[in-house]
Amino acid sequence: MRQRLFQKLFFTFFLLACFTVPAVSGELDRFSTLQGEIDIAGGTAHIPVMKDAAKIIMTSYPQINITVAGGGSGVGVQKVGEGLVDIGNAGRPVSEKEREKYSKLRSFPFAIDGVAPVVNPANPISGLTSVQIQDVFSGKINNWKYVGGDDVRIHIYSRDEASGTRSVFWKKCLNRGVIVESANIVASNGAMKVAVSQDRYALGYMSIGHLDNTVKAIKLNGVAPTQDNAINGSYPVVRKLFMNTNGAPKPLVQAFIDYVLSSEGAGNISGHGYIPLR
Amino acid sequence: MNPQNSNDKRYPNQGLLNRPLNWTSKDWETLLQSATIFSALIVLALFGFLVYFTLPLFADGQFSELFSVHWRPFHGEFGLLSMIVGTLVLAISALLIAYPVGLGICLFVHGLGPSWLARPVLLLIHGMTGVPTVVYGFVAVFLLVPLLRDNFSYGSGFSLLAASLTLSVLILPTVVLLINSQLQQVIPTLRVTAVALGISRVQELTRISLPAASYGLLAAAILGFGRAVGDTLIALMIAGNAAQIPESAFDSIRTLTAHIALVVATDSQSTIYHSLFACGLILFLTTASVNLLLHQIKRRACREINDE
Repeated sequence: MRQRLFQKLFFTFFLLACFTVPAVSGELDRFSTLQGEIDIAGGTAHIPVMKDAAKIIMTSYPQINITVAGGGSGVGVQKVGEGLVDIGNAGRPVSEKEREKYSKLRSFPFAIDGVAPVVNPANPISGLTSVQIQDVFSGKINNWKYVGGDDVRIHIYSRDEASGTRSVFWKKCLNRGVIVESANIVASNGAMKVAVSQDRYALGYMSIGHLDNTVKAIKLNGVAPTQDNAINGSYPVVRKLFMNTNGAPKPLVQAFIDYVLSSEGAGNISGHGYIPLR
Repeated sequence: MNPQNSNDKRYPNQGLLNRPLNWTSKDWETLLQSATIFSALIVLALFGFLVYFTLPLFADGQFSELFSVHWRPFHGEFGLLSMIVGTLVLAISALLIAYPVGLGICLFVHGLGPSWLARPVLLLIHGMTGVPTVVYGFVAVFLLVPLLRDNFSYGSGFSLLAASLTLSVLILPTVVLLINSQLQQVIPTLRVTAVALGISRVQELTRISLPAASYGLLAAAILGFGRAVGDTLIALMIAGNAAQIPESAFDSIRTLTAHIALVVATDSQSTIYHSLFACGLILFLTTASVNLLLHQIKRRACREINDE
């Protein structure tokens, strides 16, 4: 009798195994019994990672629908706090005031992003000390010749107050110092890349994940801003990227977060230049 | 597709068009009145909404601080004055470039240029209205900004000058089309008389047609200015966004619209965020007061003409 039952069970599972989509890997199994929608909004640094995860999940499980929108870190926290989205991304921890207003927020850090000082590839400078960078950004030094470069004015490029990239650079590299008011402000990491890649005399800063050969990331206090140095802690200007939910996430959202934190999700994260947190 | 089918489709439409509308003029009046009241209410609601969200700043006693020069939110300074100055300087300089050019194009089209060129020029201007702002911005970032940077030793190219040149291209069609539409109305009636009196084409345009089209000239200025103040993307992409009062045309400036776009993603519980509503309020009041001012000028001009 008992053997019969086992046989039946085995047969059922065999049939099930035959009919499931073979391309689905182990990490995606958690979605097999779930359906519904996940709305994601917030920090723009997260978008490539979120979009890739969403695409992979939705391809295997068409009954799940995931939308990914930007808006910035503050928007992410606000929207998830108000219950407008399921996951609100932020490139910075939730602030105290935000915690006061949205007390149920839960944060899930999933990646580390470094912020590197960048110059134009034609600039002979290969490294600066943090004191030199502070002096440039505060306006004490305004010519490349004082830091070992050509005799030309330094064009400073910075980011707006809403930027998580600015926030970490300001805290960990500029030591919360003044940024001169005449500094040009660009609106995104992409815009920073365009501006610095065109301007021979530029000095800016951007997320390591956005670096490519159109700009030159320079050494900070002799340490190159690479993923390896960020992992081993020798490069200090780093930040965490967070997913936030309002209270305990519902099963589908939990599954999404688990997937992003899984080994497959980690591959996706490092593929976009960020360092997975596990 | 067989013709029977397409006929079937056409019939209900024709029925709809042929059906007599038994509306009295009173009905129309009510409809139009309610539409007017509705639009006015939206504007008022917008104003009320902005005031409501700016209230926390009044309560904290921070409102007067908004009119200081320095924007250093992390040091507790929320001065918007440099953004206000930036907005006005940029809009006025863009209008100062676009308005004379636009007027010139209109005069060219209406008789100063060869008549075979008039239509192509107008078509080109019409086409310009359809170009998305971001295209101008993009082209300027890759062509105009490097040009300014390389040819002038001062500044990074992202400047008041670059932004006002680009913005003037954006508002040019608005200026041209408004003046043109007014000239098209007045010229046919005036030109024959002018020619009969032996008045030259230039005299006719400058002494008779343009003064007769004064309403169009004014509307072009108002709408051109409004468009220049309201545009976000060009200032955001090209003006450099440094929150400072410009001392030269090569200085980087920040407008109120670009400021809102830059800062809107910030922590929504902070004073920085609340100050954005003050920005909106100031923008609203700026355009409103410019409109009122220009209308005042027009009324005075009309009165003077009537007095003569």
